[in-house]
Amino acid sequence: MEVSLQDKDRIFTNLYGFQPWNLDAAKKRGCWDNTKKLLQIGADDIIETIKASGLRGRGGAGFPTGMKWSFMPKNPTPERPNFLVINADESEPGSCKDREIIRHDPHRLLEGALIAGFAMRARAAYIYIRGEFIYEAKVLQAAVEEAYAAGLLGKNAAKSGYDFDVFVHRGAGAYICGEETAMIESLEGKKGQPRLKPPFPAGAGLYGCPTTVNNVESIAVTPTILRRGADWFKSFGRENNAGTKLFQISGHVNKPCTVEEAMSIPFRELIEKHAGGIRGGWDNLLAVIPGGSSVPLVPAKEIMDAPMDFDGLRALGSGLGTAAVIVMDKSTDIVRAISRLSYFYKHESCGQCTPCREGTGWMWRVMERLREGKADVSEIDTLFEVTKQVEGHTICALGDAAAWPIQGLIRHFRPEIERRIAENKGGQMLEAAE
Amino acid sequence: MADAVQIPDEAEVRARWGNFAFTPENMEKARTIIGRYPEGRQASAVMGLLDLAQRQVGAETSTQGWLPVPVIEYVAAQLGMPYMRAYEVATFYTMYNMAPVGKFHVQVCGTTPCMLRGSDDVLAACKSKGLVKGGTTPDGLFTLNEVECLGACANAPMVQINDDNFEDLTFDSTVALLEALAAGKPVKVGPQIDRQTSCPEGGPSTLKAMVTENHDYRGEWK
Repeated sequence: MEVSLQDKDRIFTNLYGFQPWNLDAAKKRGCWDNTKKLLQIGADDIIETIKASGLRGRGGAGFPTGMKWSFMPKNPTPERPNFLVINADESEPGSCKDREIIRHDPHRLLEGALIAGFAMRARAAYIYIRGEFIYEAKVLQAAVEEAYAAGLLGKNAAKSGYDFDVFVHRGAGAYICGEETAMIESLEGKKGQPRLKPPFPAGAGLYGCPTTVNNVESIAVTPTILRRGADWFKSFGRENNAGTKLFQISGHVNKPCTVEEAMSIPFRELIEKHAGGIRGGWDNLLAVIPGGSSVPLVPAKEIMDAPMDFDGLRALGSGLGTAAVIVMDKSTDIVRAISRLSYFYKHESCGQCTPCREGTGWMWRVMERLREGKADVSEIDTLFEVTKQVEGHTICALGDAAAWPIQGLIRHFRPEIERRIAENKGGQMLEAAE
Repeated sequence: MADAVQIPDEAEVRARWGNFAFTPENMEKARTIIGRYPEGRQASAVMGLLDLAQRQVGAETSTQGWLPVPVIEYVAAQLGMPYMRAYEVATFYTMYNMAPVGKFHVQVCGTTPCMLRGSDDVLAACKSKGLVKGGTTPDGLFTLNEVECLGACANAPMVQINDDNFEDLTFDSTVALLEALAAGKPVKVGPQIDRQTSCPEGGPSTLKAMVTENHDYRGEWK
């Protein structure tokens, strides 16, 4: 078993906000420490370092961050500048990590924005923060103003000779804006409806200009990676799953929390060390949604000793997603838990593609009948088939995200659904006999 | 949409809000927001300006505000965009209220992470105080809505009331919260149990040095 992560190797040292978020306090924790020197590494070498660190996108898809940056044009023009868009539209059920970064350590994000923006030759960064993060947006805006006043952003940012602006854009309540092209549409002042790809944002994104969209956590870890080296970051986690990661543990644990741990930490260790164990003990664990609502659930016995990383959870037919770990004990009405997610996707479908717009509502209605057992056994297969017809047939991945939790439920808990149907039928027959 | 809100009569709305304009302070804020976007891209500011307008309507009516059609028209005109484009935005995003709400907009998160930790109890507490989902109490004080994940899952269950989050709720603490708000008493924002933000209850399992001092870990780097 790996040695667990030590405090000195944690990036988000003010994760819980015991200390102030402001510039003075952040500097004492190491933020904005000679950022100019980091930029002097040079744009291409910064990208190479991030590539070498093995950092994979922290927003859910796990795409290699350095490679994403390298897709940006190397010689942007003033008429067609590059843009960095930072995705702070944290809305995936279970996820609550970007919130902690923004309200307790915003300068880590802003310094990362400058470094990432410089590396991809961007003229400015827009931080798209979800509308409901009202306090967080206030803190972030205040931090931006502090950074400008201190000469860390704006003209000749951090005395590097590079001009770079950071703007905060508040959303207004739409999960779909977390999808990168929907976010770009929303930034342009439209409904957040995803665009067809190609063209990819790196070719034509915000205002038709080359754009890279990165998650808050991906950006916020980059200054520390540059300071400590790619090898340092890579020393945590298994091959291809490098680094430290913010895990958000919710549901039926004794002490829900957000915590930074080494990637690939076994599930049991994560829960025992930080979340005070499973409510009612390990025998009481039913299932876990390990990466936010969009990934399929994993039954207790399969996840208990699984490594919490991209590849480990993929091997279980699920995914790391945002590392939002939703724990469910045996008191859970598992069909209701998933049906509630189906309602979420029905609510959040943007309405653009028919399979998703119609399918999410249909799937939710069937899920609600299955929850009460008011269905025919054959409808389980029909539902599964419909999820397969929604999956992969929409512009963005919301259709997939709506389909996968249901598929996971049917795959692992079919007997429970059948039991409910059988029980309900029994009740009806008794009634008829009277 | 069976759960569509009841929008007041158009003629009345136009009579009341036809002359809407930003206050000088809000006009200043609007200019700042517009300034964040490149020349010719001022439509990007529509979300910010609609929020500003809703807040002003709220301030003028001592509620959390909403967006009457003439107000949306005003915002669209400010940005030189067709009314329909602004209306699309106003109706697409859930934080814009298309009908009046009360002094306190109680938004209970009901998505699975909160559901697992007792959002049913939070909703039951609201109901016990006379709040009805999708409606406003007769005294105009509380509007209740069940909303989708608000991103505070490690502090579930939670509710957002106006601009503040109230977290780690129970039936009793929700009742106490609503009673305090109704009585105009001060309330504690954030976790309603003895807990620091999303830190494990009872104290952190990591970064203990940070509790008492702004510790700089760089000295321990190798």
